[in-house]
Amino acid sequence: MRPIATTRIAAGIPTGRLAVWWVVASEIVIFGGLLVSYIMHRLARPEFAEQAAHTNVWLGGFNTFVLLTSSLSAVLAHKAAVGGDGPKAAKLLYATCGGAVTFLVVKAFEWTAEITHGYTITSSTFWSFYYTAAGLHALHVIAGAVIMLIVAETAKRNLELHRVELIGIYWHFVDIVWIFLFPLLYIAK
Amino acid sequence: MSEHAEHAEHEVSYVKVWAILLCLLVVSILGPFVGIKLVTLITAFGIAIVKAYLVAKNFMHLNIEPRYAVYLLVTMLVFMLLLFAGSAPDIMKREGRNWVKPAVHAEAQAPAHH
Repeated sequence: MRPIATTRIAAGIPTGRLAVWWVVASEIVIFGGLLVSYIMHRLARPEFAEQAAHTNVWLGGFNTFVLLTSSLSAVLAHKAAVGGDGPKAAKLLYATCGGAVTFLVVKAFEWTAEITHGYTITSSTFWSFYYTAAGLHALHVIAGAVIMLIVAETAKRNLELHRVELIGIYWHFVDIVWIFLFPLLYIAK
Repeated sequence: MSEHAEHAEHEVSYVKVWAILLCLLVVSILGPFVGIKLVTLITAFGIAIVKAYLVAKNFMHLNIEPRYAVYLLVTMLVFMLLLFAGSAPDIMKREGRNWVKPAVHAEAQAPAHH
């Protein structure tokens, strides 16, 4: 017998998708609070610009390209799942995971260079924000990649294909967070 | 239109959106090279808002999702604005009539220690 909670639809949205929208809503408050605090400090302190000048815009730009491309593969995976092609959806999810790994590897090199140059989380308020915001985002990338691997495992056997859309919505949100982090941490100098 | 053709058309439109996003990314990177602060602000943050809109609308399919989801997300964005409005007057000032923030002044004068 299926529990009532998974069959009753009050909002006109399937239960799983509704849950993901609530996850995204709570994430907006988490990242939103962080970004709004950053913006307030950035506007009030011109010295933030001097510190931001040390971030590598080309690496940040490359990572933006990687995340935008991984979003494309995630939405194409969703499309394949809608068409009932589980194996294709799984392949596209693996490609999205490849994007996540690339993003993390670039971030690791970037952080290594910055820390070796002496810019650590305690160097200044800017670097505290930088490592907290980018670090929290990176944790979300790791979580997304792990969930995507689990979803791909079932999808390739044509099972639970609706999950492909659910992880896609989460992944696009992670992409949107980076879309705002990129100009804040790398461009506004 | 057959289901297969419709499927292929969707894929092309997703690729188109992705291509537009990449063009916007290039503009946002090149914007600061102009050297005008206003141009940087527009190319950085204006374009970020456009990119986020394109992803939310086309990839997250918010355009065809019931309004409930949109209202939910907008409510959270309003909370963000409330946080800004509530705490900005304190955080964004270094000193007032009867108070100062010594730590902020000290950080502004001393470069970040490596």
